[in-house]
Amino acid sequence: MKKTTSDIGMNRTGIATSPIDSADITQAALARQPSHLGDESLILKVRQQYALESEGVGSVPPPVSLKGVAKTAVDMLKGSKPTVFIDKLGERAAFERTGVRLYQGALGKLEALGSWEGGPTREGLERILNDELSHFGLVTEALTKLGADPTAVTPSADVVAVASMGIPAVVSDPRMNLRDTLSALLVAELTDNACWEMLIELARGVGHDTLADRFQLALDAEAQHLSMVRGWLSSGVTLEARAAPMPQAEATRPAPLV
Amino acid sequence: MALDIFQEKGVPLDRQVFTWKDLVRRPYSKLDDDAFTRVCVIYMNGILSDALRTKHAMSRMNRELREQLAIIRRVEQFEQTLINWLNPPDQTPLETTLGFEQVAIEVTASVALREPDPYLAQTYRFGLLEDFDHLYRYGALYDRLEGKDPNNITQSYTDILVGRPTSVEHRYPVDDLRRPYDRRTAHPLTKIHAMSITAAENQTHDYYMTVGPFFSDPVARQLYAEIAAIEEQHTSMYESLLDPDETLLERCVLHEAMQVYNFYSCLAYEKNPRIKEIWQRFLDYELGQLHHVIQLFQKAEGRDAAEILPKTLPEPIGFKEHREFVRKTLNEEEDLTSIGTDYVRLAEVPRDHRSFVYRDQLNSDGSPSETVAAGYQWIPGTELAARAARMGSVYEGKKVH
Repeated sequence: MKKTTSDIGMNRTGIATSPIDSADITQAALARQPSHLGDESLILKVRQQYALESEGVGSVPPPVSLKGVAKTAVDMLKGSKPTVFIDKLGERAAFERTGVRLYQGALGKLEALGSWEGGPTREGLERILNDELSHFGLVTEALTKLGADPTAVTPSADVVAVASMGIPAVVSDPRMNLRDTLSALLVAELTDNACWEMLIELARGVGHDTLADRFQLALDAEAQHLSMVRGWLSSGVTLEARAAPMPQAEATRPAPLV
Repeated sequence: MALDIFQEKGVPLDRQVFTWKDLVRRPYSKLDDDAFTRVCVIYMNGILSDALRTKHAMSRMNRELREQLAIIRRVEQFEQTLINWLNPPDQTPLETTLGFEQVAIEVTASVALREPDPYLAQTYRFGLLEDFDHLYRYGALYDRLEGKDPNNITQSYTDILVGRPTSVEHRYPVDDLRRPYDRRTAHPLTKIHAMSITAAENQTHDYYMTVGPFFSDPVARQLYAEIAAIEEQHTSMYESLLDPDETLLERCVLHEAMQVYNFYSCLAYEKNPRIKEIWQRFLDYELGQLHHVIQLFQKAEGRDAAEILPKTLPEPIGFKEHREFVRKTLNEEEDLTSIGTDYVRLAEVPRDHRSFVYRDQLNSDGSPSETVAAGYQWIPGTELAARAARMGSVYEGKKVH
């Protein structure tokens, strides 16, 4: 079982692997002209054409309870679009639920491979797993109370699932060790934090302040997850590099771009 | 109204043309379209894939037919492309797999109910219970790998239950072979059914063999390997129902008629006008191809195609749920197996029978289909929804983290 990630070996992917052949194929590639003028913008043109004909990936289902129907009607009369909140709740529910499976996978790797100094602990991973499950429960309950079907895949849930398709693939790949898995979990936690922030803003914007308060507790927990995962990963990389631990780097804050 | 396939000439072959833009259309919606729209797309991709496969095999063994087969096959290549490309890219290989199993359950159930030959009907019920189990195994994989609900794909039409367990479906090769229908006496619908289900299962096999290696989870890779092996068995089983004494052109005519019947069935079901228009177009194309092949057949064999074809098409396939029929079949026939071409109760088979020896060898390092679904019962919203519900209400004061 391989615990390290960055060992030297017979990697053949780079041009320097075959200096003679690579010089030859580079020369041949430059000598033969393309069959069509232009550049990569042609691909975008076709994509634009299809985008204009598209009607999106799907819709938010209608409310399932009478209360939900009534609430939707009132909100729409007031000029707001309640389905946006339902769509985004659906996204969070799906993401948190998948998150539980991700941390189950991480725990499996911890059990098989062990951790490192400053790396993840069983208790830490279990705590995050339980948080994800309870956040899924929270959003499910919110959807039900709003008269929506919490089992439906909303369009935003679908988009986020496509965007994060690679995360479960890393977690379940036995060739990718616990450190690699943390890299995937970092992607998930970064997204999760930003999305909870936006969900809270949306909840307040559409007048669901009680829910927003609940969601704030979830965001506080997610911020801790991010910090834990980042710390575990950073210590793993530093340890393998045998580098001296350094203070955390941060982006300098330039003036906002217009 | 029943379709008179001799009267309806369809579109002539030389007018069956495409462009790349025409071939690559807006896909159906994974979220909004009915599950049976997906079922039809997956099923018809299988039917067209078999049209190509069959004609390629014929071309490799017959000099005279090569030109004509190449001309028809090229149109079928494009028909298959247009249909298969209707699958949306946000539908993952595992989600499409759930769709494949729904095809295998609901289409086979419809066929089993209408099949006039009792032995073939028994064969469809037998295979159906095995594919029914595959849906449950893949459903468990989908839930446990990604935390997603398989019913989002099957849309409450189809039960997600243990069928005849996949782990006991492994049989010695000759125990998957069946007695063929007799080309001289079989009802045309019997021939259409056998070719249709063979096509669907063969494509299922090919799909699992293609997508299996894309999975990173070793249980997923093992499960695809295991179920692909059963689909290979099913392909062997269903294709052995076909009378091998049919001439190549006779088979060709029947295959085209089978395609006509299946497009006609999809057309009868489809509610989405964008997709319905495709079924109508390809029904007309296939009628054109059928008449082209009928001419070749009549010229080469000096026989009237009316000897082998029905005048009008039978009732279309029922693209609908068959839960009651499937549950009844499960209740009565779960414990069937086959020895050679005969169906027997498992309890009547001696423990040292070749199929048991074969099965035990394959499962001796563990069974992927049992591993993936250990303790699994489908519940709306995934098994994690049940687990979250057991945590209690987060609204009622329980802390959220």
